[in-house]
Amino acid sequence: MEYSEKVLDHFANPRNVGEISDADGVGTVGNPTCGDMTTVYIRVKDGRITDIKFKTFGCAAAIATASMTTELALGKTLDEALAIGRNDVADALDGLPPVKMHCSNLAADALHAAIEECMAK
Amino acid sequence: MKRIYLDHAATTAVDREVVQTMMPYFTETYGNASSLHSFGRDARNALDASRQTVADALGAHANEIIFTSGGTESDNLALKGVGKGHIITSSIEHPAILRTCKYLEDHGCDVTYVPVDSYGMVDPGDVESAITDDTTLISVMHANNEVGTIQPIGKIGSIAKDHGILFHTDAVQSFGKTEIDVQRMNIDLLSVSSHKVYGPKGVGALYIRKGVEIEPLLHGGGHEMGMRASTENIPGIVGFAKAASLAIERSEQDTRHLTGLRDMLIAGVMDSIDDVTLNGHPTERLPNNANLRFAFVEGESLLLHLDMKGIAVSTGSACSSASLDPSHVLLALGLAPEDIHGSIRFTLGRENTESEISYVLEVLPEIVGKLRAISPLAER
Repeated sequence: MEYSEKVLDHFANPRNVGEISDADGVGTVGNPTCGDMTTVYIRVKDGRITDIKFKTFGCAAAIATASMTTELALGKTLDEALAIGRNDVADALDGLPPVKMHCSNLAADALHAAIEECMAK
Repeated sequence: MKRIYLDHAATTAVDREVVQTMMPYFTETYGNASSLHSFGRDARNALDASRQTVADALGAHANEIIFTSGGTESDNLALKGVGKGHIITSSIEHPAILRTCKYLEDHGCDVTYVPVDSYGMVDPGDVESAITDDTTLISVMHANNEVGTIQPIGKIGSIAKDHGILFHTDAVQSFGKTEIDVQRMNIDLLSVSSHKVYGPKGVGALYIRKGVEIEPLLHGGGHEMGMRASTENIPGIVGFAKAASLAIERSEQDTRHLTGLRDMLIAGVMDSIDDVTLNGHPTERLPNNANLRFAFVEGESLLLHLDMKGIAVSTGSACSSASLDPSHVLLALGLAPEDIHGSIRFTLGRENTESEISYVLEVLPEIVGKLRAISPLAER
Protein backbone atom coordinates (compact mmCIF):
# COMPACT_ATOMS: atom_id res chain seq x y z
CA MET A 1 0.00 0.00 0.00
CA GLU A 2 1.46 3.28 -1.05
CA TYR A 3 0.18 6.81 -0.58
CA SER A 4 0.50 9.51 -3.23
CA GLU A 5 2.75 12.53 -2.66
CA LYS A 6 -0.36 14.65 -2.19
CA VAL A 7 -1.78 12.38 0.48
CA LEU A 8 1.53 12.45 2.34
CA ASP A 9 1.71 16.24 2.01
CA HIS A 10 -1.82 16.77 3.38
CA PHE A 11 -1.10 14.21 6.10
CA ALA A 12 2.16 15.83 7.19
CA ASN A 13 0.90 19.42 6.74
CA PRO A 14 -2.85 19.31 7.17
CA ARG A 15 -4.69 22.47 6.09
CA ASN A 16 -7.46 24.15 8.11
CA VAL A 17 -6.92 22.20 11.33
CA GLY A 18 -8.85 23.33 14.37
CA GLU A 19 -12.29 24.25 15.62
CA ILE A 20 -14.66 27.17 15.07
CA SER A 21 -16.19 28.09 18.43
CA ASP A 22 -19.39 29.67 17.06
CA ALA A 23 -19.65 27.63 13.90
CA ASP A 24 -22.79 27.79 11.74
CA GLY A 25 -22.58 24.04 11.23
CA VAL A 26 -20.71 21.16 12.84
CA GLY A 27 -20.64 17.61 11.54
CA THR A 28 -19.01 14.57 13.18
CA VAL A 29 -18.74 11.22 11.45
CA GLY A 30 -17.10 7.95 12.47
CA ASN A 31 -16.15 6.76 15.91
CA PRO A 32 -12.93 5.96 17.71
CA THR A 33 -13.77 2.24 17.87
CA CYS A 34 -13.39 2.01 14.11
CA GLY A 35 -10.21 4.05 14.27
CA ASP A 36 -11.57 6.98 12.29
CA MET A 37 -13.40 10.07 13.49
CA THR A 38 -13.65 13.45 11.82
CA THR A 39 -15.39 16.67 12.87
CA VAL A 40 -15.89 19.50 10.37
CA TYR A 41 -16.80 23.05 11.43
CA ILE A 42 -18.10 25.62 8.92
CA ARG A 43 -18.83 29.31 9.04
CA VAL A 44 -21.30 30.46 6.36
CA LYS A 45 -21.99 33.94 5.04
CA ASP A 46 -24.50 34.70 2.25
CA GLY A 47 -24.80 31.00 1.45
CA ARG A 48 -21.05 30.54 1.03
CA ILE A 49 -18.52 28.73 3.25
CA THR A 50 -16.22 31.51 4.46
CA ASP A 51 -14.30 29.48 7.03
CA ILE A 52 -13.83 25.77 7.58
CA LYS A 53 -11.86 23.76 10.12
CA PHE A 54 -11.52 20.07 10.94
CA LYS A 55 -10.22 17.66 13.53
CA THR A 56 -9.47 14.01 12.80
CA PHE A 57 -8.52 10.95 14.78
CA GLY A 58 -7.36 8.44 12.24
CA CYS A 59 -4.85 7.16 9.78
CA ALA A 60 -2.93 9.16 7.17
CA ALA A 61 -5.73 8.74 4.63
CA ALA A 62 -8.34 9.99 7.09
CA ILE A 63 -6.27 13.07 7.94
CA ALA A 64 -5.37 13.83 4.32
CA THR A 65 -8.93 13.43 3.01
CA ALA A 66 -10.28 15.70 5.75
CA SER A 67 -7.65 18.30 4.95
CA MET A 68 -8.39 18.12 1.22
CA THR A 69 -12.14 18.26 1.81
CA THR A 70 -11.78 21.52 3.69
CA GLU A 71 -9.70 22.96 0.83
CA LEU A 72 -12.27 21.89 -1.74
CA ALA A 73 -15.18 23.30 0.28
CA LEU A 74 -13.73 26.65 1.28
CA GLY A 75 -15.36 29.49 -0.70
CA LYS A 76 -18.01 27.21 -2.20
CA THR A 77 -21.77 27.76 -1.89
CA LEU A 78 -23.54 25.25 0.32
CA ASP A 79 -25.04 23.53 -2.73
CA GLU A 80 -21.65 23.31 -4.42
CA ALA A 81 -20.13 21.94 -1.22
CA LEU A 82 -22.91 19.38 -0.86
CA ALA A 83 -21.98 18.09 -4.30
CA ILE A 84 -18.42 17.28 -3.18
CA GLY A 85 -18.29 13.49 -3.07
CA ARG A 86 -15.81 10.85 -2.07
CA ASN A 87 -14.40 10.51 -5.55
CA ASP A 88 -13.76 14.26 -5.81
CA VAL A 89 -11.70 14.12 -2.62
CA ALA A 90 -9.80 11.01 -3.69
CA ASP A 91 -9.15 12.43 -7.16
CA ALA A 92 -7.88 15.70 -5.73
CA LEU A 93 -5.37 13.66 -3.72
CA ASP A 94 -4.21 11.77 -6.84
CA GLY A 95 -6.00 8.67 -5.59
CA LEU A 96 -6.12 6.57 -2.45
CA PRO A 97 -5.16 2.92 -1.92
CA PRO A 98 -8.33 0.84 -2.50
CA VAL A 99 -8.40 -0.33 1.12
CA LYS A 100 -8.48 3.32 2.22
CA MET A 101 -11.29 4.56 -0.06
CA HIS A 102 -13.75 4.49 2.83
CA CYS A 103 -11.72 7.26 4.48
CA SER A 104 -12.79 9.70 1.79
CA ASN A 105 -16.44 8.97 2.68
CA LEU A 106 -15.75 10.01 6.22
CA ALA A 107 -14.51 13.49 5.34
CA ALA A 108 -17.19 14.23 2.74
CA ASP A 109 -19.90 12.90 5.07
CA ALA A 110 -18.69 15.12 7.92
CA LEU A 111 -18.78 18.13 5.59
CA HIS A 112 -22.30 17.25 4.44
CA ALA A 113 -23.43 16.80 8.04
CA ALA A 114 -22.07 20.25 8.93
CA ILE A 115 -23.88 21.79 5.93
CA GLU A 116 -27.13 20.05 6.80
CA GLU A 117 -26.91 21.31 10.37
CA CYS A 118 -26.36 24.80 9.07
CA MET A 119 -29.31 24.56 6.65
CA ALA A 120 -31.60 23.25 9.36
CA LYS A 121 -30.98 26.32 11.52
CA MET B 1 18.55 11.28 6.50
CA LYS B 2 19.76 8.73 9.03
CA ARG B 3 17.52 5.72 9.36
CA ILE B 4 16.82 3.88 12.58
CA TYR B 5 15.45 0.36 12.43
CA LEU B 6 13.27 -0.50 15.44
CA ASP B 7 11.30 -3.37 13.91
CA HIS B 8 13.51 -6.35 14.72
CA ALA B 9 10.52 -8.55 15.56
CA ALA B 10 9.61 -8.29 11.87
CA THR B 11 13.05 -9.23 10.63
CA THR B 12 16.74 -8.48 11.18
CA ALA B 13 19.70 -7.66 8.98
CA VAL B 14 21.95 -10.63 8.33
CA ASP B 15 25.09 -10.40 10.47
CA ARG B 16 28.17 -9.74 8.31
CA GLU B 17 29.97 -12.68 9.89
CA VAL B 18 27.01 -14.86 8.94
CA VAL B 19 27.17 -13.64 5.34
CA GLN B 20 30.90 -14.43 5.24
CA THR B 21 30.25 -17.92 6.56
CA MET B 22 27.57 -18.54 3.93
CA MET B 23 29.48 -17.31 0.88
CA PRO B 24 31.57 -20.43 0.08
CA TYR B 25 28.43 -22.55 0.09
CA PHE B 26 27.08 -20.81 -3.00
CA THR B 27 30.10 -21.20 -5.26
CA GLU B 28 32.50 -23.77 -3.79
CA THR B 29 30.74 -26.18 -1.48
CA TYR B 30 27.63 -26.29 -3.62
CA GLY B 31 27.04 -30.02 -3.70
CA ASN B 32 23.76 -31.77 -3.02
CA ALA B 33 23.97 -33.22 0.47
CA SER B 34 22.33 -36.42 -0.81
CA SER B 35 25.09 -37.09 -3.38
CA LEU B 36 27.70 -39.73 -2.62
CA HIS B 37 30.67 -37.97 -4.24
CA SER B 38 33.03 -35.58 -2.50
CA PHE B 39 30.94 -32.52 -3.43
CA GLY B 40 27.94 -34.13 -1.79
CA ARG B 41 29.94 -35.25 1.24
CA ASP B 42 31.26 -31.72 1.80
CA ALA B 43 27.71 -30.39 1.75
CA ARG B 44 26.59 -33.21 4.06
CA ASN B 45 29.35 -32.38 6.53
CA ALA B 46 28.27 -28.73 6.59
CA LEU B 47 24.66 -29.83 7.07
CA ASP B 48 25.55 -32.20 9.92
CA ALA B 49 27.67 -29.57 11.68
CA SER B 50 24.87 -27.00 11.34
CA ARG B 51 22.33 -29.43 12.74
CA GLN B 52 24.56 -30.05 15.75
CA THR B 53 24.97 -26.30 16.33
CA VAL B 54 21.22 -25.64 16.27
CA ALA B 55 20.60 -28.69 18.47
CA ASP B 56 23.16 -27.41 21.02
CA ALA B 57 21.43 -24.02 21.11
CA LEU B 58 18.21 -25.73 22.20
CA GLY B 59 19.60 -28.44 24.47
CA ALA B 60 18.54 -31.05 21.91
CA HIS B 61 20.22 -33.89 20.00
CA ALA B 62 21.20 -33.33 16.37
CA ASN B 63 18.84 -36.04 15.09
CA GLU B 64 15.94 -34.15 16.67
CA ILE B 65 16.37 -31.09 14.39
CA ILE B 66 14.60 -30.79 11.02
CA PHE B 67 15.52 -27.81 8.87
CA THR B 68 12.56 -26.05 7.24
CA SER B 69 11.89 -22.91 5.23
CA GLY B 70 11.10 -20.88 8.35
CA GLY B 71 8.86 -20.42 11.36
CA THR B 72 5.61 -20.73 9.43
CA GLU B 73 6.57 -24.09 7.94
CA SER B 74 7.83 -25.34 11.30
CA ASP B 75 4.52 -24.40 12.94
CA ASN B 76 2.56 -26.05 10.12
CA LEU B 77 4.66 -29.19 10.30
CA ALA B 78 4.26 -29.45 14.06
CA LEU B 79 0.51 -28.91 14.12
CA LYS B 80 -0.51 -30.77 10.99
CA GLY B 81 2.09 -33.43 11.69
CA VAL B 82 0.87 -34.49 15.12
CA GLY B 83 -2.41 -32.67 15.77
CA LYS B 84 -5.54 -34.77 15.80
CA GLY B 85 -8.62 -35.01 17.96
CA HIS B 86 -8.35 -32.05 20.32
CA ILE B 87 -5.68 -29.34 20.34
CA ILE B 88 -5.14 -26.62 22.94
CA THR B 89 -3.53 -23.32 21.99
CA SER B 90 -3.70 -19.70 23.13
CA SER B 91 -5.64 -16.78 21.73
CA ILE B 92 -2.49 -14.72 21.08
CA GLU B 93 -0.53 -17.11 18.87
CA HIS B 94 1.04 -16.01 15.60
CA PRO B 95 -1.21 -16.46 12.53
CA ALA B 96 1.05 -19.38 11.50
CA ILE B 97 -0.46 -21.24 14.46
CA LEU B 98 -3.96 -19.74 14.54
CA ARG B 99 -4.67 -20.17 10.83
CA THR B 100 -3.25 -23.70 10.92
CA CYS B 101 -5.59 -24.44 13.83
CA LYS B 102 -8.51 -23.08 11.77
CA TYR B 103 -7.45 -25.37 8.94
CA LEU B 104 -7.36 -28.34 11.33
CA GLU B 105 -10.80 -27.38 12.67
CA ASP B 106 -12.09 -27.47 9.09
CA HIS B 107 -10.60 -30.96 8.84
CA GLY B 108 -12.25 -32.43 11.89
CA CYS B 109 -10.12 -31.32 14.85
CA ASP B 110 -11.43 -29.51 17.90
CA VAL B 111 -9.34 -26.58 19.10
CA THR B 112 -9.53 -24.76 22.43
CA TYR B 113 -8.11 -21.24 22.47
CA VAL B 114 -7.19 -20.40 26.06
CA PRO B 115 -7.43 -16.72 26.96
CA VAL B 116 -4.69 -14.49 28.35
CA ASP B 117 -4.74 -11.92 31.14
CA SER B 118 -4.35 -8.19 30.59
CA TYR B 119 -0.56 -8.62 30.38
CA GLY B 120 -0.87 -11.24 27.67
CA MET B 121 -0.01 -14.12 30.01
CA VAL B 122 -1.50 -17.60 29.67
CA ASP B 123 -2.55 -19.24 32.95
CA PRO B 124 -1.18 -22.82 32.93
CA GLY B 125 -4.23 -23.75 35.03
CA ASP B 126 -6.47 -22.79 32.10
CA VAL B 127 -4.44 -25.05 29.84
CA GLU B 128 -4.76 -27.95 32.27
CA SER B 129 -8.52 -27.50 32.65
CA ALA B 130 -8.95 -27.51 28.88
CA ILE B 131 -7.46 -31.00 28.58
CA THR B 132 -9.91 -33.70 27.49
CA ASP B 133 -9.51 -37.40 26.76
CA ASP B 134 -9.07 -36.47 23.09
CA THR B 135 -6.32 -33.88 23.58
CA THR B 136 -3.22 -34.76 21.58
CA LEU B 137 -1.31 -31.49 21.47
CA ILE B 138 -0.80 -28.27 23.41
CA SER B 139 0.80 -25.42 21.47
CA VAL B 140 1.63 -22.22 23.35
CA MET B 141 4.16 -19.70 22.07
CA HIS B 142 7.27 -18.95 24.13
CA ALA B 143 7.17 -15.18 23.65
CA ASN B 144 4.56 -13.11 21.91
CA ASN B 145 5.61 -11.28 18.76
CA GLU B 146 3.53 -8.17 19.38
CA VAL B 147 3.71 -7.46 23.11
CA GLY B 148 6.75 -9.57 24.01
CA THR B 149 5.15 -11.37 26.97
CA ILE B 150 7.10 -14.51 27.88
CA GLN B 151 4.83 -17.46 28.68
CA PRO B 152 5.39 -19.94 31.52
CA ILE B 153 6.18 -22.69 29.04
CA GLY B 154 8.12 -24.78 31.56
CA LYS B 155 4.94 -25.14 33.63
CA ILE B 156 2.83 -25.84 30.57
CA GLY B 157 5.41 -28.42 29.47
CA SER B 158 5.14 -30.22 32.81
CA ILE B 159 1.37 -30.28 32.60
CA ALA B 160 1.54 -31.74 29.09
CA LYS B 161 4.03 -34.36 30.25
CA ASP B 162 1.91 -35.32 33.28
CA HIS B 163 -1.06 -35.90 30.99
CA GLY B 164 0.91 -37.69 28.29
CA ILE B 165 0.14 -34.94 25.74
CA LEU B 166 2.63 -33.49 23.26
CA PHE B 167 3.76 -29.91 23.85
CA HIS B 168 4.77 -27.59 20.99
CA THR B 169 6.05 -24.05 21.40
CA ASP B 170 6.62 -21.39 18.77
CA ALA B 171 9.95 -19.93 19.90
CA VAL B 172 10.49 -17.75 16.83
CA GLN B 173 10.61 -14.53 18.85
CA SER B 174 12.30 -15.85 21.99
CA PHE B 175 15.12 -17.84 20.39
CA GLY B 176 18.40 -16.08 21.07
CA LYS B 177 16.76 -13.63 23.48
CA THR B 178 15.80 -15.81 26.39
CA GLU B 179 17.01 -19.22 27.46
CA ILE B 180 15.52 -22.32 25.87
CA ASP B 181 16.16 -25.86 27.07
CA VAL B 182 13.86 -28.44 25.55
CA GLN B 183 14.72 -31.01 28.24
CA ARG B 184 14.18 -28.84 31.27
CA MET B 185 11.05 -27.24 29.78
CA ASN B 186 9.53 -30.57 28.68
CA ILE B 187 9.13 -29.41 25.11
CA ASP B 188 8.33 -32.04 22.46
CA LEU B 189 8.23 -29.76 19.42
CA LEU B 190 9.70 -26.29 18.99
CA SER B 191 9.74 -23.87 16.05
CA VAL B 192 12.58 -21.44 15.36
CA SER B 193 13.39 -19.09 12.49
CA SER B 194 16.71 -17.82 11.18
CA HIS B 195 15.84 -14.31 10.02
CA LYS B 196 14.79 -13.12 13.48
CA VAL B 197 18.29 -13.81 14.82
CA TYR B 198 20.45 -12.07 12.18
CA GLY B 199 20.42 -15.08 9.89
CA PRO B 200 19.13 -15.35 6.31
CA LYS B 201 15.43 -15.48 5.42
CA GLY B 202 13.86 -18.70 4.19
CA VAL B 203 15.38 -20.99 6.84
CA GLY B 204 14.11 -22.32 10.12
CA ALA B 205 13.96 -25.50 12.11
CA LEU B 206 11.57 -27.71 13.98
CA TYR B 207 12.83 -29.59 17.01
CA ILE B 208 11.05 -32.93 17.25
CA ARG B 209 11.74 -34.93 20.41
CA LYS B 210 13.06 -38.40 19.68
CA GLY B 211 10.19 -40.86 19.53
CA VAL B 212 7.53 -38.33 18.53
CA GLU B 213 5.80 -39.57 15.40
CA ILE B 214 5.11 -36.88 12.87
CA GLU B 215 3.48 -36.84 9.46
CA PRO B 216 5.56 -34.84 6.94
CA LEU B 217 4.09 -31.97 4.90
CA LEU B 218 6.41 -32.48 1.94
CA HIS B 219 6.81 -35.85 0.29
CA GLY B 220 9.62 -36.69 -2.11
CA GLY B 221 13.24 -37.70 -1.58
CA GLY B 222 14.21 -38.87 1.88
CA HIS B 223 15.74 -35.58 3.02
CA GLU B 224 15.76 -34.53 6.65
CA MET B 225 15.31 -38.08 7.93
CA GLY B 226 12.21 -38.43 5.77
CA MET B 227 10.49 -35.58 7.60
CA ARG B 228 10.92 -32.95 4.91
CA ALA B 229 11.64 -33.75 1.28
CA SER B 230 13.49 -31.10 -0.75
CA THR B 231 17.19 -30.59 -1.42
CA GLU B 232 18.61 -28.87 1.63
CA ASN B 233 19.30 -25.15 1.42
CA ILE B 234 22.91 -25.51 2.55
CA PRO B 235 23.96 -21.83 2.40
CA GLY B 236 20.83 -20.85 4.33
CA ILE B 237 21.24 -23.64 6.87
CA VAL B 238 24.93 -22.85 7.41
CA GLY B 239 23.99 -19.17 7.85
CA PHE B 240 21.24 -20.03 10.29
CA ALA B 241 23.60 -22.20 12.34
CA LYS B 242 26.20 -19.42 12.43
CA ALA B 243 23.54 -16.90 13.48
CA ALA B 244 22.29 -19.29 16.16
CA SER B 245 25.77 -19.84 17.58
CA LEU B 246 26.43 -16.09 17.62
CA ALA B 247 23.10 -15.54 19.37
CA ILE B 248 24.00 -18.05 22.09
CA GLU B 249 27.55 -16.73 22.40
CA ARG B 250 26.37 -13.13 22.68
CA SER B 251 23.16 -13.77 24.60
CA GLU B 252 24.27 -12.26 27.92
CA GLN B 253 25.78 -9.22 26.26
CA ASP B 254 22.82 -8.77 23.88
CA THR B 255 20.28 -9.12 26.68
CA ARG B 256 22.04 -6.49 28.77
CA HIS B 257 22.30 -4.13 25.81
CA LEU B 258 18.70 -4.60 24.65
CA THR B 259 17.18 -4.40 28.13
CA GLY B 260 19.07 -1.16 28.75
CA LEU B 261 17.85 0.43 25.52
CA ARG B 262 14.30 -0.87 26.00
CA ASP B 263 14.04 0.53 29.51
CA MET B 264 15.58 3.82 28.40
CA LEU B 265 12.96 4.07 25.65
CA ILE B 266 10.00 3.17 27.87
CA ALA B 267 11.06 5.50 30.71
CA GLY B 268 11.90 8.30 28.28
CA VAL B 269 8.53 8.10 26.54
CA MET B 270 6.64 7.94 29.83
CA ASP B 271 8.55 10.98 31.13
CA SER B 272 8.03 13.15 28.09
CA ILE B 273 4.53 12.20 26.90
CA ASP B 274 1.28 12.04 28.89
CA ASP B 275 -1.33 9.31 28.54
CA VAL B 276 1.04 6.55 27.44
CA THR B 277 0.63 2.95 28.63
CA LEU B 278 2.90 -0.07 28.24
CA ASN B 279 1.18 -3.03 26.57
CA GLY B 280 2.25 -6.47 27.75
CA HIS B 281 3.92 -7.64 30.93
CA PRO B 282 6.05 -5.20 32.95
CA THR B 283 8.81 -7.74 33.70
CA GLU B 284 8.10 -11.03 31.91
CA ARG B 285 8.80 -9.60 28.49
CA LEU B 286 11.38 -9.91 25.75
CA PRO B 287 14.43 -7.71 26.36
CA ASN B 288 13.92 -5.94 23.02
CA ASN B 289 10.17 -5.27 23.03
CA ALA B 290 8.48 -1.99 23.98
CA ASN B 291 4.84 -1.92 22.91
CA LEU B 292 3.32 1.42 23.89
CA ARG B 293 -0.10 2.88 23.40
CA PHE B 294 -0.60 6.58 22.89
CA ALA B 295 -4.09 7.77 23.78
CA PHE B 296 -6.08 9.90 21.30
CA VAL B 297 -3.93 9.13 18.25
CA GLU B 298 -3.96 6.44 15.60
CA GLY B 299 -1.01 4.13 15.06
CA GLU B 300 -0.62 4.34 11.30
CA SER B 301 -0.37 8.13 11.51
CA LEU B 302 2.23 7.81 14.24
CA LEU B 303 4.13 5.17 12.25
CA LEU B 304 4.20 7.32 9.10
CA HIS B 305 5.37 10.42 10.97
CA LEU B 306 8.16 8.34 12.53
CA ASP B 307 8.97 6.92 9.09
CA MET B 308 9.28 10.49 7.76
CA LYS B 309 11.92 10.97 10.46
CA GLY B 310 13.66 7.77 9.37
CA ILE B 311 12.42 5.65 12.28
CA ALA B 312 10.90 2.24 11.45
CA VAL B 313 8.32 0.75 13.87
CA SER B 314 5.10 -1.25 13.55
CA THR B 315 1.55 -0.88 14.83
CA GLY B 316 -1.37 -3.06 15.87
CA SER B 317 -3.76 -0.53 14.42
CA ALA B 318 -6.40 -1.87 12.07
CA CYS B 319 -5.77 0.99 9.68
CA SER B 320 -2.33 -0.33 8.85
CA SER B 321 -3.42 -3.88 8.12
CA ALA B 322 -4.70 -5.08 4.79
CA SER B 323 -7.73 -6.61 6.47
CA LEU B 324 -8.50 -3.46 8.52
CA ASP B 325 -8.85 -5.75 11.54
CA PRO B 326 -7.26 -4.60 14.80
CA SER B 327 -4.54 -6.79 16.33
CA HIS B 328 -5.99 -10.05 17.68
CA VAL B 329 -3.30 -10.02 20.36
CA LEU B 330 -4.21 -6.60 21.75
CA LEU B 331 -7.90 -7.53 21.57
CA ALA B 332 -7.13 -10.69 23.59
CA LEU B 333 -5.42 -8.51 26.23
CA GLY B 334 -8.81 -6.84 26.65
CA LEU B 335 -7.86 -3.51 25.09
CA ALA B 336 -10.60 -1.35 23.62
CA PRO B 337 -10.35 -0.91 19.84
CA GLU B 338 -9.49 2.80 20.19
CA ASP B 339 -6.55 1.88 22.42
CA ILE B 340 -5.38 -0.73 19.94
CA HIS B 341 -5.42 1.84 17.17
CA GLY B 342 -2.92 3.92 19.13
CA SER B 343 -0.45 1.12 19.88
CA ILE B 344 3.07 1.14 18.49
CA ARG B 345 5.61 -1.68 18.71
CA PHE B 346 9.28 -0.83 19.00
CA THR B 347 11.55 -3.89 18.76
CA LEU B 348 15.22 -3.24 19.31
CA GLY B 349 18.25 -4.99 17.92
CA ARG B 350 21.90 -5.65 18.52
CA GLU B 351 23.04 -2.72 16.38
CA ASN B 352 20.80 -0.08 17.96
CA THR B 353 22.52 2.54 20.09
CA GLU B 354 21.69 4.88 22.95
CA SER B 355 22.01 7.84 20.63
CA GLU B 356 19.37 6.34 18.33
CA ILE B 357 16.99 5.96 21.26
CA SER B 358 17.77 9.55 22.27
CA TYR B 359 16.81 10.67 18.77
CA VAL B 360 13.50 8.79 19.02
CA LEU B 361 12.84 10.43 22.38
CA GLU B 362 13.65 13.78 20.81
CA VAL B 363 11.19 13.53 17.90
CA LEU B 364 8.37 11.44 19.37
CA PRO B 365 6.83 14.02 21.76
CA GLU B 366 6.47 16.52 18.92
CA ILE B 367 4.84 13.95 16.62
CA VAL B 368 2.38 12.80 19.29
CA GLY B 369 1.69 16.45 20.17
CA LYS B 370 0.98 17.29 16.55
CA LEU B 371 -1.42 14.37 16.11
CA ARG B 372 -3.16 15.12 19.39
CA ALA B 373 -3.58 18.76 18.32
CA ILE B 374 -5.66 17.62 15.36
CA SER B 375 -7.44 14.81 17.23
CA PRO B 376 -11.06 15.41 18.27
CA LEU B 377 -10.51 12.90 21.09
CA ALA B 378 -7.69 14.73 22.88
CA GLU B 379 -8.68 16.72 25.93
CA ARG B 380 -8.60 20.41 25.27
